[in-house]
Amino acid sequence: MISTNAYVLLSAILFTIGVVGVLVRRNVIIMFMSVELMLNSANLALIAFSRARAESDGQIMTFFVIAVAAAEVAVGLALLVSIFRAKKTTNIDDVNTLKG
Amino acid sequence: METFLFITTAIVAVGAALAMVLSSNAVHSALFLILNFCSVAILYFLLRAPFLGAVQVTVYAGAIMVLFLFVIMLLGAENAELGEEKIGWQKPAGLILGVALLAEIGYVAYRGTKLIDAPVADATNIGAPTTISAKLFSTYLLPFEVISILLLIAVVGTVVLTRRRVVAREERQS
Repeated sequence: MISTNAYVLLSAILFTIGVVGVLVRRNVIIMFMSVELMLNSANLALIAFSRARAESDGQIMTFFVIAVAAAEVAVGLALLVSIFRAKKTTNIDDVNTLKG
Repeated sequence: METFLFITTAIVAVGAALAMVLSSNAVHSALFLILNFCSVAILYFLLRAPFLGAVQVTVYAGAIMVLFLFVIMLLGAENAELGEEKIGWQKPAGLILGVALLAEIGYVAYRGTKLIDAPVADATNIGAPTTISAKLFSTYLLPFEVISILLLIAVVGTVVLTRRRVVAREERQS
């Protein structure tokens, strides 16, 4: 039986890789995929805690997170497509119109 | 056997995540992320959550990543970072902050062992579709309905955001 600690540690490592991806990369699509990685690592921790407590509430929470992530991806990619139509770029450094 | 499977899958997951962040081509990134999602689905099966493992493969690795690949190839955004860096110190700063965050989470997880290392109870049936659906349609009925409204709003919002303004142009011409 793998301890919950090991799963939480793996989840923390995956979350950190996602954070570094958002901070380091400048391609909006790859930053977006890093956000998905972070959501996914949080799901892993939720399911590990769900097993530790022997209740399925954590898994239902994960189910909701997956549904919200699907909605978020649809809206985010639509925003990306319309930004690309206006600016012809997916580099986040070129999208700075709101900067004063 | 379980330990061997966990270690192998964890190495594949971390390696795929690192390759996703490091590869310069966005299509390769998306494919590595699919590999990562599939290995996390194997971990879900190990954690006795077979329903969520299946949902992870179909929804995450299937639907969401196909959407990502579709948009990458539609926009031709495989290599969007060929210009010069606007902020030179961004990459080292991001790496240092990431390592600091990992140290923080590791410290909290290590110190909070009483919370985390609770005795693993017998959790044979918690992930079965029958258990999950029984709870989903009784205790969590309201959040379930709210999620359905959220998905409807997302669909409408996506259509509104990507709609070309054909009607306005035709009106201007006439």
